[in-house]
Amino acid sequence: MSRWRVATRTLGELLITIGLVVLLFTGYELWGTNVYTAKAQHELRGDLVREWAQPAPAPTTPAVIPPPRVQLGHAFALLRIPRLGSDYAKTVLEGVDVTTLKKGPGHYPGTALPGQLGNFVVSGHRTTYGAPFNRIDELRAGDVVGVETSAAYYVYRVTRNEVVEPTAVDVTHPVPGQPGVRPTQKVLTMTTCHPKYSAANRLIVYARFDRVVPKTQGLPSELRGA
Amino acid sequence: MSVYPWLWRHLPGSGWTRVAVALVLVVAVLALLFLVVFPWVEPRLPFNYVTVAR
Repeated sequence: MSRWRVATRTLGELLITIGLVVLLFTGYELWGTNVYTAKAQHELRGDLVREWAQPAPAPTTPAVIPPPRVQLGHAFALLRIPRLGSDYAKTVLEGVDVTTLKKGPGHYPGTALPGQLGNFVVSGHRTTYGAPFNRIDELRAGDVVGVETSAAYYVYRVTRNEVVEPTAVDVTHPVPGQPGVRPTQKVLTMTTCHPKYSAANRLIVYARFDRVVPKTQGLPSELRGA
Repeated sequence: MSVYPWLWRHLPGSGWTRVAVALVLVVAVLALLFLVVFPWVEPRLPFNYVTVAR
């Protein structure tokens, strides 16, 4: 075989190999990462449910329900969005670093907790790693976003959404978009990437607090979904 | 001689043993990719940034 032929053959084999590796990587992103997150979510939810089953002083009036205790990297709530499925319940962790977000939606440390005055901010993957926020663009004004903690169900209702620059940190302020303003309302903000499979922008969905229901009264009807 | 024929010729054994060795090699390469290389590359690619930051 001539040198030229050996060279072109080797190049061809190399290119085919690179192509295969890229294909495999796509498979890893679209399938492998979901397997990882599904396992993490399953375990975290099991832990959370067991933790919640521990006897605790059960508050009966909404005024005295304490906010959940959070610890970086640990689960503390379930996010329920009936519009995305009656069984849609994602385990929310404290923290928005890469490792935490692989396991599920993460709460921005330092922002309000569920039911507190200010902004409860949660980030989640739009694609890959279980893609918990894949379809939050489908949420319409009035749609229910429920946050279940050890003590209560916090019901928020979607107000609006917008697409912002990746640097728009003011969406996480106590009053979204208004840095330095004292909050008078309880709001919830979800952030994810936009468009899908891109990091060009961020999709932000805002919701406003509606009501809180103590755990003892059971799952509120609006969180049961269709 | 190009890469894969060269590899094939240098695999130990003959007949089905060689096929088995080749399969083990393929599985090893796949495991290396899925368990080490891809998890390392993934956070360095701009597909998955969901938070806002300066």
